[in-house]
Amino acid sequence: MYLYGGKSITGMTMDEFILRLEDEFDHLPKGTLKPGTNFREEVEWNSINALILIALVKTEYDVALTATDLQSFQTVQDIYSFVVSRQTA
Amino acid sequence: MALFSIPCTRIAGIAASVPATREETGDYRWISQREREQFIRTVGVESRRVVTKGTTTSDLCLAAARRLISDLAWKPEEIGIVLFVSQTRDYLIPATGGILQDRLGLPHSAIALDIHQGCSGYVYGLAVISSLMNTTGIGKGLLLAGDISSRNTSYRDKSTYPLFGDAGAATALELSETSFPMHFNLEGDGSGFDAIIIPDGGIRNGLSRSSFTYKKQGKGVYRNNLQVALDGMKVFNFSLREVVPNVKELLNNTNLTMDSVDHLVFHQANKLINESLRKLLKVEASKIPSSLRQFGNTSSASIPLTMVSELAGELASGKLTLLLSAFGIGLSWGSVLVETERIICPGVLEYR
Repeated sequence: MYLYGGKSITGMTMDEFILRLEDEFDHLPKGTLKPGTNFREEVEWNSINALILIALVKTEYDVALTATDLQSFQTVQDIYSFVVSRQTA
Repeated sequence: MALFSIPCTRIAGIAASVPATREETGDYRWISQREREQFIRTVGVESRRVVTKGTTTSDLCLAAARRLISDLAWKPEEIGIVLFVSQTRDYLIPATGGILQDRLGLPHSAIALDIHQGCSGYVYGLAVISSLMNTTGIGKGLLLAGDISSRNTSYRDKSTYPLFGDAGAATALELSETSFPMHFNLEGDGSGFDAIIIPDGGIRNGLSRSSFTYKKQGKGVYRNNLQVALDGMKVFNFSLREVVPNVKELLNNTNLTMDSVDHLVFHQANKLINESLRKLLKVEASKIPSSLRQFGNTSSASIPLTMVSELAGELASGKLTLLLSAFGIGLSWGSVLVETERIICPGVLEYR
């Protein structure tokens, strides 16, 4: 599962996950995101931001996100829960 | 999986040619300033070279080949094969390789053919030409790879128009008993043929009145069926899934590690893909040259163009172990380990 150096999200708190997202989407001021934040509205969802999220989740946690997966996400909690579920599957 | 090695063929020289006309992402008015800034930051393309009407891929490749032959002091009659790799050919029929054989003044005995591959084409082209040279005993050959994708994109398609640039490259190969073998790992998945596609104008969907009709495909994306349709997410996920295992398998098969490689030259897909691949392979950024910023994604020319624009000095003066990795339309992907030593490298030429 961690063939390519992906880190396990297990043990990572939601706060740490949020910090990682805020780092990657560099226009987001620290403290912007909460678990219930609607991610699509906050980052101005477009195709490039979708690819940034896919890249982050693949390179950091070795989890692949498809277009269908992305459509099911609304909140930060949705993304976090999905990544955790894929890692523990 | 096709893992194999080809002995006795060395790269003698590489040249590349780009159109003189430059387009800046900062001037691309179809998208907002904020989107332009995000595009440059994330996709990594600040400017591209684009052909003017009437210039073909073969014109760019021919200019690079003529300069290379001259710098190598080769005679046209010594060249026994010319292989043209492109998805933007001069005509639907005949093949462009034969036209280049004639324009280069090569003898009728010179084998001339096309390979219809895009992003992965340079690696596939190296495999085919070096195999043919080894089996036929042809001593000198030319691999001409390039594309003018700008002719096939819609200005109102923000996913393709500011990404693709035009370029042509020429690589001279010669048989050499003492050369390091080229090690290949070529793969493909035709079920993903529609991830990057021009739907109409071929035999499956012939040209019709509706081929020219612009349709909205999504936010900020309008194109017709004679222009490139790119499913960015599909290509992105395919690249992240397939390229790393392909490269690792090639290294394992040759008992080498990334430490033995001087430079890893990727197809210049976009900055986000290439940077993700770099992170997954855990390779330091200094080992991976990029020409995206100034030339964009130049399809089959992207690897030789990057070698020439970013590594010309090292290629000309020393010995290098290079891992070239290409991936994209087809879907098709592959990598090759190749050693170069003091090759002729005249740099990037401007075509006017």
